[in-house]
Amino acid sequence: MNFGSYNYLGFAENSGPCADSVQDVVQKYGVGVCASRQEMGYMDIHKELDELVAEYLGVEAAMTVPMGFATNSLNMPALVSKGSLILSDELNHASLILGSRLTGAVIRTFKHNDMVDLEKKLREAVCEGQPRTHRPWKKILIVVEGVYSMEGSIVRLPEVVRLKEKYKAYIYLDEAHSIGAMGSRGRGVVDYFGIDPRSIDILMGTFTKSFGSAGGYIGGSKRLINHLKAHAHSFIYSTAMSPPVAQQIISSMRIIMGKDGTQEGMRRVRQLAWNTRYFRKRLHERGYIIYGNKDSPVVPLLLYMPSKVAMFSRETLRRGMATVVVGFPATPLIETRARFCLSASHTKEMLDEALKIIDDVGDLLRLRYSSLPPPDFTEADIQLIE
Amino acid sequence: MAVIPATWDMYDLIQGVLQAPWYHMVFEVALVLLIVKIYISQSFSPEKTVLTDKEKETLVEEWVPEPLAPDVPDDHPILKSMEKYCIEGQNGKYVTVNGKSCINLASFNFLSMVGKKEIEDEALKALKVYGVGSCGPRGFYGTMDVHLHLEDDLAKFMNCEEAILYSYGFATIASAIPAYSKRGDIIYADENVGFAVQKGLTASRSHIRWFRHNDMEHLESLLIEQEKLDKKNPKKAKVTRRFIVVEGLYLNSGDICPLPKLVELKWKYKVRIFLEEAMSFGVLGQTGRGVTEHFEISPDHIDLIAASLETAIASTGGFCCGKKFIIDHQRLSGLGYCFSASQPPMLASAALQALKMLESKPRILVDLRENCERFHQKLMNMPGVKVIGDPISPIKHLMLAEPAGDPGLDVRTLEMVVDNAMNDGVALTVSRYLEPEEHLPKDPSIRLSVNCELTHEEIDRSADIISQSFQAVLGKLTTRSLDVSSPLNSVQQDNRSLKASR
Repeated sequence: MNFGSYNYLGFAENSGPCADSVQDVVQKYGVGVCASRQEMGYMDIHKELDELVAEYLGVEAAMTVPMGFATNSLNMPALVSKGSLILSDELNHASLILGSRLTGAVIRTFKHNDMVDLEKKLREAVCEGQPRTHRPWKKILIVVEGVYSMEGSIVRLPEVVRLKEKYKAYIYLDEAHSIGAMGSRGRGVVDYFGIDPRSIDILMGTFTKSFGSAGGYIGGSKRLINHLKAHAHSFIYSTAMSPPVAQQIISSMRIIMGKDGTQEGMRRVRQLAWNTRYFRKRLHERGYIIYGNKDSPVVPLLLYMPSKVAMFSRETLRRGMATVVVGFPATPLIETRARFCLSASHTKEMLDEALKIIDDVGDLLRLRYSSLPPPDFTEADIQLIE
Repeated sequence: MAVIPATWDMYDLIQGVLQAPWYHMVFEVALVLLIVKIYISQSFSPEKTVLTDKEKETLVEEWVPEPLAPDVPDDHPILKSMEKYCIEGQNGKYVTVNGKSCINLASFNFLSMVGKKEIEDEALKALKVYGVGSCGPRGFYGTMDVHLHLEDDLAKFMNCEEAILYSYGFATIASAIPAYSKRGDIIYADENVGFAVQKGLTASRSHIRWFRHNDMEHLESLLIEQEKLDKKNPKKAKVTRRFIVVEGLYLNSGDICPLPKLVELKWKYKVRIFLEEAMSFGVLGQTGRGVTEHFEISPDHIDLIAASLETAIASTGGFCCGKKFIIDHQRLSGLGYCFSASQPPMLASAALQALKMLESKPRILVDLRENCERFHQKLMNMPGVKVIGDPISPIKHLMLAEPAGDPGLDVRTLEMVVDNAMNDGVALTVSRYLEPEEHLPKDPSIRLSVNCELTHEEIDRSADIISQSFQAVLGKLTTRSLDVSSPLNSVQQDNRSLKASR
């Protein structure tokens, strides 16, 4: 049983409608592109993908890049530059950090998901201006992620949007782990909080996880996307997306949107939400310490002691469950953890089996640290579609 | 015995304090306090401006940030030409643009691997087993057996101990450089290196010493300069790593780096060489092993070779190869390797198959070389055109022999040539650069890529079409420039709007 991959909606399949359409595309387009988008590498399938992504997100326009990591690191430099400020959550992903560094802007971090700290830093930035010269900043960009992959926490988006409007900053929201996996319609944290996607300036995300493909996108206003298309590194210097990869995204996205005429997409979104609540609640009840929001499909289980890391991974694997364990330096030294990634393709029986394995290993390693009563959420709120 | 006298001193001191007159004590205490005060207080402290909350509110209200993105209209020249040249179907040797089939001289499909049946079959086989995405980074259950096979085969092919696979060509060298070179280290880089390398240099935050393109004397003078500095500060020199970063075949100029001289300098001055072979891998050398084979130099002399699978191999991704202990370092510190999902398995098996085909049919390399030389010969004799690049290089840059001096205007002229050629059935592209971010300003050019499967007849025909397009555009421009209200003015205006939008 795979609890290690980011296959949230279970679209990483080797058969079914997605695989069939990919097969057709390979036969029609081949595999390679061998050119960047501005230099004769722009194909009709890319155009179709861009338009579909924009429709999916509910924004004016979107652009796509063949690698999720590169979406951040190659496009951020086109957005801010010297004289601008980036306010970045301290737990942001490496690609956001690299992208921020490549921009040449000043980078300051705020405490993870701490809106008081963010407001303090924003206020200070607007009032004080740039260091030494005290000139006003050109622009301020708040960089946050939708779901943090190591913590399982969800960004406090409504708060961030309020602060952004008050201080006239811009938001860069990385939905790598939340797009498809969160919200009633699978449109990410924006959908989860019921916020208008147009109020987020830059919506970024990847296709690696929920869509079972590869690459990333940026969505936003037409003006923003036009600027990126003309000036982003990824459109000028690097190869365009391989057609079969693009087709996989198109097919899976159409299913989630219900464009294939079935409820399959919604079924998967609901199933994932149900699985998440069910699994999290059972773990809480059993006395494990779990981080993150009740609806986040990334479930970190705290092991604390570094020596338990390898043992946990080996013991679960031996019992037939693949998990990811994370230790220093990805986490603080004493907060090592195991991380489960839930998927819509996990059945209830699989979850029960997984819980049994965790219980086994948990007793062996004495992991039931928590003495708190379990929180009162329940999976019964979520209606499954058969 | 130092302890006893000290005790006696202490005793004396206490006795002294007890016996001293009171006015003396007051004086001494006052002195001590004065010293403390002088020590703590600053010489002059101007009044610190502390903003009141209300003032802060107004500041926040008054601040107007710049717009997130400058206004780029839908009819921006770059967007327009991108939409205009949107490809329908496969990007192979022939390409369909706007319903018209053209010979493709724009994409890096040197070995014509795009659309090969064998490769497609392998990719489909992989699709049936793995699906498309891998859903995780290499370290977190994202490693499939095809990735390991491909790494093995690449290492064997390049005669190196080990290879490491990245999921994107751009990220390969851009992650590899900062994995080794850190703040305080020194990198000697050729001025003409491509953009991905430049980004790697920026990310490394090392000291960059640029040497003139392929100018080994300049490089040596920089190395000698550093040697003198090192003698002054040997402690620092001991902990400073040095690297030379060059490309095998330069994308921006189509020429080959003087590798034998570089290796000689490397051993003489104890520097490491990073070689970027995005363009030369699968192109140069008898069997396509790149620039090391071209010069018959053992890859052991090169510390790190980085190459792309997006050019000759026609898949997606890139790899680095070298000694095992060097490559292994990247598995934990190559950012693009650790923190990115692995390459889709079907693209890895496509690359695997392409590599096999290259190994089994070295004949295609002979064809490629012949085609390159024939094309070069044809282009050399074209009036009004300057060709840059090595005769055996599949990348050739066509520049205007008499540029107008204004790069924007020249780009527009070249775009008109491209339009013209496209109408006659030859797909070309102007090389695109992000001017403000490039290390050096680039001369406008049309970048031509040669495919190994072009027949002599096709080469001759496309060379004729290119020549005619140049004549047509240049002829039009000279006659019309006499007329004040000519389209040339509109070209200039377009050009201005293009600049303004940047």
